[in-house]
Amino acid sequence: MNYEKSNMMIKVKSVNKWYGKIQVLNDCSLNVSKGEVIVVCGPSGSGKSSLIKTINGLEPVNSGEIIVSGISVTDKSTNLDQMRSKIGMVFQNFELFPHMNVTENIKLGQTKVLRRTNEEAEQKAQALLERVDLTEHAHKYPSQLSGGQQQRVAIARGLAMEPMAMLFDEPTSALDPEMINEVLDVMVKLAKEGMTMMVVTHEMGFARKVADRVVFMDYGKIIEDAPSQDFFGSPRSDRAQEFLSKVLNH
Amino acid sequence: MFELDFSVIVIPANSSLLWEGIKMTFLLAGLAIVGGLILGTFLALLRIAKIPILSQISAAYVNFFRSLPLILVIFWFFFLVPLIVGRPVGAFTSVLVAFILFEAAYYSEIIRAGINSVRLGQLAAARAIGLTYIQSMRYVVLPQAFRAMTPILLTQAIILFQDTALVYVVGLRDFLVSAEIIANRDQRLVEMFLFVALVYFVLCFTASMGVKYYQKRINNEL
Repeated sequence: MNYEKSNMMIKVKSVNKWYGKIQVLNDCSLNVSKGEVIVVCGPSGSGKSSLIKTINGLEPVNSGEIIVSGISVTDKSTNLDQMRSKIGMVFQNFELFPHMNVTENIKLGQTKVLRRTNEEAEQKAQALLERVDLTEHAHKYPSQLSGGQQQRVAIARGLAMEPMAMLFDEPTSALDPEMINEVLDVMVKLAKEGMTMMVVTHEMGFARKVADRVVFMDYGKIIEDAPSQDFFGSPRSDRAQEFLSKVLNH
Repeated sequence: MFELDFSVIVIPANSSLLWEGIKMTFLLAGLAIVGGLILGTFLALLRIAKIPILSQISAAYVNFFRSLPLILVIFWFFFLVPLIVGRPVGAFTSVLVAFILFEAAYYSEIIRAGINSVRLGQLAAARAIGLTYIQSMRYVVLPQAFRAMTPILLTQAIILFQDTALVYVVGLRDFLVSAEIIANRDQRLVEMFLFVALVYFVLCFTASMGVKYYQKRINNEL
């Protein structure tokens, strides 16, 4: 695949990672261009969460290179804090800050990292809460919200930094079934607005609807990396077929 | 049998001496708590930092002070600090230094446990929005840690308040020493020591009831 240099957002090149003696990422390479939505799937323990966490440097790698928007994440001289502020991340367990209300959660990064004034941050928070349809919960604490609402706040918190890409690490797998759609709806909207997204998920409906490409991982290896219609049409590997039959038929 | 006469307490000269004493006790306890908390937090952060030499130094410090009797540390600093600075520093300063250094070892262990009780994902989420490690600790991890450990910290503070009576050994005029002066001078030992016991009991018992109430409240919220 040829990508124009200016269009390249995330480039993962031959990345290897070990936890002690266990290899969690095995020679992974992957490209994401601007505006693309990539879904990463695979059985649990396949390394997909590790992969997504290496992209903003939350998990260090043992070898290989990761470049986000022209800046190397794996280079030790890179200011990772600055880098991370430009990449939004949404976690499986939301990880909202429980001692702050919803608005304060969305304001923290804006005021402390981007040095926005309190008023600017407040305005931005309100606009984002409107976007994720939570305006009336602005002054509640995370523990007063449902899982789906918390995850939408977490997305707003990421968007507040005006990131150039968003990473989602199993954003719906800790949610009760009836709350999954409210989160996916926000993500679909985001994808349609042109956000570059990398999503670790088992939600194949979401993948089919918005993913440009699907990456299938197993045992730390990227087994398939295919346009989503090809992947769902006829996955090339047996492992991916087996996996799909499990996640699609229930 | 002798007759108890508690009026000795309210003689103006005595009551003002006792008042000065209790103020000294509170001042010493207050400064030692604040100093111990600051140093203890610092030690805890060193301990959990991923820099082996720093965490080893912190661990050694904590183990060292937790293995010594407090009264020995007080003695030590009373004689040692003047030697180090080359001039007399007064009982108060040396005792304060001893208390801060000693209590910091205990506080740091409490604080470390508090920090470890905050989910790792919280640090990851803070780092993910671009906060530095120090900012993440300052705004995200420590506030939650302190909230969880406040009851234990307060209990330790009450223990420290009682322990300040050990300054008796260097003759600093705290509440107990003031009471003893009156007790000896006016020959009212039973009354004065009963009175001191009552004051310590009321203060510490009330405070620990307060801690219990507070703990109940946070448990309900979490």
